[in-house]
Formats: sequence, C-alpha cells, structure tokens
Amino acid sequence: MIPVLLILIPLVTGLVGFLIKSEGNARGWSLLSSIVTLIVALWGLSLAPTSPMLAANVEWLPDLGSRFAVGLDGLSKILVLLTAVCFPLIFVATWRDQYKKAWNFYALMLLSQAGLIGVFVATDALLFYFFWELALIPVYFLCSQWGGERRIQATFKFFIYTFVGSLLMLVGIIWLYWQTPNHSFSMESFYALRSKLSGADQTWVFWLLFLAFAIKMPIWPLHTWQPETYEQSPTATTMVLSAIMVKMGVFGVIRWLVPVVPVGSWAWGDTVSGACIIGMVYASLVAIKQDDLKRLIAYSSIAHVGLMCLAIFATTESGLQGVMIQMFNHGINILGMWIVVDLIERQFGTRKISELGGLAQKAPALAILLVVVALANVALPLTNAFVGEFLLFSGVFTSTATQYSVVFTVVAGLTIILGAVYTLNMIQRVFYGNTNSLTEKGVDIKMNEKVVLAAIVVLIIVVGVYPKPVLAMTKETAEFLLGKMNYKL
Amino acid sequence: MNAILLSAIWGIVMMFSGIFTKSKKAVRYTAIVGLVALLVANCADMIGYHVEIDVHKMLNYDEFGMLGNAIAFASTLLLVLVSGKDMERVGHNLAEYFALIFFVLCGVAIVTSFNTLLMLFLGIEIISIPLYILTGADKRNLKSNEAALKYFLMGSFSTGVMLLGIALLYGASQNGTFFIDDLWTGGPAVATRPMFMAGLLLLLVSMGFKVSAAPFHFWTPDVYDGAPTVFTSFMATIVKVSIFIGFVRLFEDGFGESQDRWQIFVAIITAATLFIGNITAVFQQSVKRMLAYSSIAQAGFMLLALLALNTVSRQGMLLYAAVYGVATIGIFAVLIRMKDYTFEGFNGLARKQPVLAATLTIFLLSLAGIPLTGGFFAKYYMLAAVVESGHFMWLVIFAVLCAAVSVYYYFRVIQAMYFKDGEGTTETEPGAGFKGMLVVLAALVVVLGVWPQVLLGLLAKFPYTW
Repeated sequence: MIPVLLILIPLVTGLVGFLIKSEGNARGWSLLSSIVTLIVALWGLSLAPTSPMLAANVEWLPDLGSRFAVGLDGLSKILVLLTAVCFPLIFVATWRDQYKKAWNFYALMLLSQAGLIGVFVATDALLFYFFWELALIPVYFLCSQWGGERRIQATFKFFIYTFVGSLLMLVGIIWLYWQTPNHSFSMESFYALRSKLSGADQTWVFWLLFLAFAIKMPIWPLHTWQPETYEQSPTATTMVLSAIMVKMGVFGVIRWLVPVVPVGSWAWGDTVSGACIIGMVYASLVAIKQDDLKRLIAYSSIAHVGLMCLAIFATTESGLQGVMIQMFNHGINILGMWIVVDLIERQFGTRKISELGGLAQKAPALAILLVVVALANVALPLTNAFVGEFLLFSGVFTSTATQYSVVFTVVAGLTIILGAVYTLNMIQRVFYGNTNSLTEKGVDIKMNEKVVLAAIVVLIIVVGVYPKPVLAMTKETAEFLLGKMNYKL
Repeated sequence: MNAILLSAIWGIVMMFSGIFTKSKKAVRYTAIVGLVALLVANCADMIGYHVEIDVHKMLNYDEFGMLGNAIAFASTLLLVLVSGKDMERVGHNLAEYFALIFFVLCGVAIVTSFNTLLMLFLGIEIISIPLYILTGADKRNLKSNEAALKYFLMGSFSTGVMLLGIALLYGASQNGTFFIDDLWTGGPAVATRPMFMAGLLLLLVSMGFKVSAAPFHFWTPDVYDGAPTVFTSFMATIVKVSIFIGFVRLFEDGFGESQDRWQIFVAIITAATLFIGNITAVFQQSVKRMLAYSSIAQAGFMLLALLALNTVSRQGMLLYAAVYGVATIGIFAVLIRMKDYTFEGFNGLARKQPVLAATLTIFLLSLAGIPLTGGFFAKYYMLAAVVESGHFMWLVIFAVLCAAVSVYYYFRVIQAMYFKDGEGTTETEPGAGFKGMLVVLAALVVVLGVWPQVLLGLLAKFPYTW
C-alpha cells in the first residue's frame, strides 16, 4: 500500500500541477506534495519489515505474466528515503529560482519523482522497465525546456544514450522472461533463474542489462553525456539527476543484474571493475582541471559512482552494505554541493572558479556549511561518506571474487587523494583569498537556503557519527543479495 | 461476411449520394453512418450474428481476421471524424472519395479473411485500384498525378509478380489447389520442389511491395508525399496494417510448416526495411516525407511478427495495427492543418497551439515506443514474439538499435514544437471539435499503453464459430 501511495502522490499532484497556472501556487503545491511523500515514506520506514503495508501486488497484464508488484525492502527503503528527502530540499533550496511557465516545471519535477520511486519499489521486471523510462521523459523535457544555451543538443545526447541502453535492457528482460519456467516477470522467478541459465547465456545477457545501467551511472567510457547534461540542465533538475537518477543505475545492478546472472557478473566482474577504476582516476584528474563548478562536481560524481560499482562486483557483505549507504550519502552530499553552486550562480551570474574568490568574507554562513559538505565529499571521518567509503574499501579489499583486489583497492584509494585535491582546491579558490570586483558585492544566504543546507549538514553528521540505524536497515538485504550473488553454481 | 457485403453496398450508396445531394456535410455524415454500421456489423459477426452465404470455404472468418477488420474500420472512422473536413478540400468529388474508401474497406475485409490465393488476389486488387485513384485525387497537382501514375505502374507490376507466384504454387501443390491450408498437403516433398519455393518467394516479394518493405519500398516516399495528405494517412495506416494481417495469415496458414525454409529471407527483408526506413528518415527535411520513411521503418517492426509466427506475434500484430494506426492518423491530422510541412514549420507550435502540440507529442512518443503509450507494448510484443521463437536474436538487437535511431527523427518534431522559437502555425484556427478528437485519439494511445489488456482480452472473449 505504501509504495503505491508513494508513486501515486507525486503522480497525481504532478498531473494536477499542470493546471495551476500561477508560479507561486505551483511552487507551494509541489513543496506540499513532496513533504506529504516524505511523511508517507517515513511512515513506511517505521513499520516492521514484515508488514503487509509495505507491498502491493495486483493484476496488471495477465496475458504477459506481468503484475503490478511493488515492495519495500532494505535496498528500496534507503533509495525511497533518499528520493523523498531530496525533493523537498530541492524545492526549498531553489525557491527563488525563476522559471518561465513555472507550473509546468514543477509538475514535471513531480512526475519524475513518481517515476524514480516507481523504479526503486518495483518488484516486477516489466514494471521496473516501465518506470525506468517514465523517469526519463519528464527529465528530458525539464532539461530541454529550461536548461542552458546548448541544452537541446546536450539533453538529446543524454536521451539517446540512455534510450539505447534501456532498449537493450528490454531485450535482455524479455529473453530472461522466456527462460522463466512459469513465464513471469516477478523478481522471485528472475532470481530463480540463476541456477537454470548456462554460463554462456549468462555472459551475454549480462551485457544487455549492464549497458543500460552503466550508461545511467555512468561508467567510463559511457560517461560522455554526463558533464554536458549536468552543465546545461536547470540546477533543480541537475540535482535530481545527480542525487537520485544516477542511483538508478547502481540500484539496477544490485537488484536486477548481479543476483539474476551471478555467473555472468562474476565472469565479467574484473572487466567492469577495470573500467570503474579507469573511470575513477580519469574523472578525478579531469575534475582537477575544471574551471566550471558544475563540470567539476559532475566529474567528481563519476568518480564516486565508479567506486560504488567497483564494490558491487567485489561481492562482499561490507561492500554491498557500503554501496547502499553510500548511495544515500552521495545523494545528500552532492545535493549540498549543487545548492552551493546554485547560490553562487544566482548571485554572481557565473560558475567559473577563476572569476570568484573571497566569498567566505561576504557569506560566512555559506562557507561554514559548504566546508562541512565538502569534507563529507572527501570522506573525512565523522561525516557520512566516511562510513560508506570505509565499508566500500574494506569490501573491495577483502573480496574473494577477484584476484586483483589489492590493485583495485590501491588505485581506487588514489582517488580519495585526488578527490581531496579538487574539492579543497575549489573551496580555497572560491571562498578564501581576496575578493574581486565581482564578489565584492556578495551577501550571505537567505533563511530558506540556510535551513536546507543545515538539514543536509545535520544528516551528514548524524549518519557519520551514528550510522547504526542505516546499517541495520541494509544488513538483511545485503545478506540476502549476497546469497543470490554466489557465483558458484 | 457482413463486413464484405455492407462495405460494398455502402460504397455504391456513397457513389449515388453525390447525385442526390450537393451538401458536403450530408455526404460526410452518410459516410460516418456507414462506417459505424460497418463496425457494428463486424462486431455482430464476431458474436455470431451474420449473414449465411456459402462461400465454399474460400473465406475463413476467425477472430484474428475479424479483429483486424474491426481495427481497420474503427481507424477509418477515426480518420473520417478527425480529418473528414480536410477531405472536402482535396477536390469536388467528395462522394466518390468516400465510395472509393468503402471499396478499399471491402478489399480489406477480404484480405483479412481469405482462405484461397484467388481471394487474396481479389482482395489485394480491390484495395489497390481505388488507391491508385485516391492518390491522384488532387487532379490539378502535378505531384499528385505523378504519384498516382508511379503507384499504378509499380503496383500493377507487383500484381503480375503475385499472379505468377500464385500460378507456380498452384502447379507445385499436389492436387492443384488454391486453398492455402491445402498447399502443404503432400508434406515436405512438396515444399522441396523449386517451383513451390519460387512461388512462395514471388508472393513474399509482391506482398512486401504492398506493405512497402525494403528493397521494394521505392514507391512509398513519392506516393505518400504526392498523394493528398488525408489519403496518405489512409494508405499508411489502415491499408498497410490490413495487408499485414493478410500477410501474416498467408504465411501462417499457407507456409507455416515450411517456416525454416523462408525465415531467413524474411529476416533479411526485415533488417533491410528497418535499416533503410530509419536511416533515410533521419535525413528528411519535410515531416511528411519523414513520416513516409517512418512508415517503412514501422513496417520493419511489423515484419518481425511475420518472422516469428506464434500466438504472441498474432496478438502483437493486432495491437501494433491499432496503436500505429491511431497514432499515425493523429499525426497526419495535425500535419494537414500545418502551413509548412518542413520541420521548421513546427517551430514554436507549442506556444500557439498547446493542445495540438501536446497530443502530437503523445503520438510521436507512441511511434518511438516510449512506455505509457501504446507504441511501447506494440514494439514489446514484436520483440517478445521473436525472442520466444528462440532464433534471430541478432535481429532483435538490430531492431532495438533501429528503434533508438527512430527517436532522433520523432523527437526532432517535439524539439521544434517546444524548444525552438518560431512562427510555426496552422493554416486556420482549428475548431474545438478537431481538438477534442485529437484528445480522444491521444487518450486512446495512452489507454492502450497502460492497459493493452482492453484490446488483447477481446481475442479470448469472442469465439467465432464457422
């Protein structure tokens, strides 16, 4: 019941939102809707894992063997929570952004939320695919309509990239469907396939599905759509893209790929891990050289997501738990970074690091909050990312699925240092040093922005100091998935 | 039988209606009444109320054909409702246009339920000859004349090919028969005869020509571009999908047992059609020509049903027919009203005509196969049918890559309407009725996309007894 509500609330309010022809009302309406969604999500989280309220399963397409089946387990809970937390924060943080025909903008944002939550709660492969595409369409319109100068080309590239991936995934899903003995799309029947499919079949199906997820994450060398799209999208949409949407790829791998074709995943695990490693180092190096704040964060996101993907293929419990927690943490942290970028851009009209400087003198509150977010971005102890990255690294290091675990750990560890270089460098050049003619007139942030950034900082520190509830939420799922991921037939 | 009789009779009624009244409105309403009656008669047939005429098993009414008819008639009705007024602008002979359309529908009803090759030939000819005339209906337009002549010459050639194929099959069959279910009598010994194979391939070529499969598609862009847009819409949707239904019936009942011998040819034709249709559509500057190539590309997808030939493909064929028909009719209906048929002509349309732009977007998304629109399930069924058959996985992957290419040209229209500035507008302000019809069509597309069961459930619900 709760997952259905979580999809329906943003969906219905989004559709209604098209009819509210006033900017202020539309903004309030969408904030209200996202807060209601958050409350429902928290209610769902407070229920016992066995509660019948957490699942729904009704007939949808009996001829196709597909059901409208949704459910909340540890993995989906954490991502639903992320989605539900991020949207109100995004709405409040971008409260002062101006949009042409804002009601359409907010309605599309809510629709994308419905799609995202649908992806995370679906336990039927066809339904999952359905939502996977649905989340993309509103984002396509958001970016193409309200984005920057080169928005149409950038978004189009993004759309074609992901569409190719998802179509290949569709072929993979259909093929798997015909292999299930009872012709069903349900998660259980897909998980039961692992012992039925031959190793050769698993290896090629693996690529059909993995390409879609790799494009979404994105994994090098399929990442080329990302910096451009992030740069050209309106900031509120970039937040959705980077905080939540890239998690769709990671989520897809954990839920629909590795447990379904464990042998295929194991066989190609080293290849994928190699690509992740290359991508992490490459993205970190590129990030150091960036002058545009948005591009810098985009590349840093590639590096962080690469680490998560690496840990999945390590097939260890701490790695898997780390991925789930880090998905949440990364979403929160990068949201904080985007909010800061948005604030800077709105005030000074530029995102060029070289044109800024000395902001800390003019906006002390902003500087303090940013430093905490930035420290979380480099995974300093006591921040949430430390917990996540520690688990990730220990997972990769102790992995028995690959013989290169030490190499992977060392090279991936390098990116922590590189991450510190570009993050601290950025803070230094934007916030410290002398003010110039542009930043001279700077003022500190307003109340709503303070509230949002403070909320993010609180989340960062709470999860960093006391991660136990989050760990408890994911533990059972991690164990369950690990059992499915056992590559020994 | 109801449909064949009624459509022929109503065709004659339409012809004479032009004598009795000069009012175009009256003629149009007569046609609408006829189409509704046709649809009702066909549905009555499905639940068992039909005129008994002994056709000596030359026609075989089953649910597949009946539902195919129903889809064709319903699509025509929608076409007339949404674009009927635009038909008046083609020329003076409105009553005759409608008469020809009813004759085409008579042919459609035969092609969807033939049981002998002779009936197939008759049906195809009854469809084709009125179409040659409709293509040239815009008498004073050189392009229309050229298209009609081209279509006629190429079409009669393909008819010749078809006749030769039928003759060869007749000779190859054991007892000399035109009945498609008897062709196989005699077992593999018959199918290995070169004459049988030659006849089969000739039929494949001529049917491929009619559904504009590559490499027999060269007439399509010119004819679709030259013909008056209303009739292009009719040809690209109703006619094409009905012939496809006949195509599937022919190969399933007639050549189903020798599937492994001809499958590779169909696979090659499918791949070529998908490739040529999609790639060429990318380079078009006129939306109308783009739609002509897109109809070739969509035919490529429908050919997947022919390749697989199983229950899934038959259901998928019907769903595809309905969804593709509705979406394409909608797009053409908007296109007819546009001042400028190029992509630039659509620039900024969303600002001037939000309803048109929004519905057009839904139709285009459906053609591209995005979920929540019927096009997704149509494509899904086609892919699933081939995957189920277990062969030709390469073709499935090739098909989805082509579908990704198709996004490029469909989205170009969406981009033009929403994201580009311009003065794109319609010739005259569209009326509320027109907009309402478009919304109905769009709603239909979405309903089929969320719950295709409404249509597919019918397959099981109406058992037809011979």
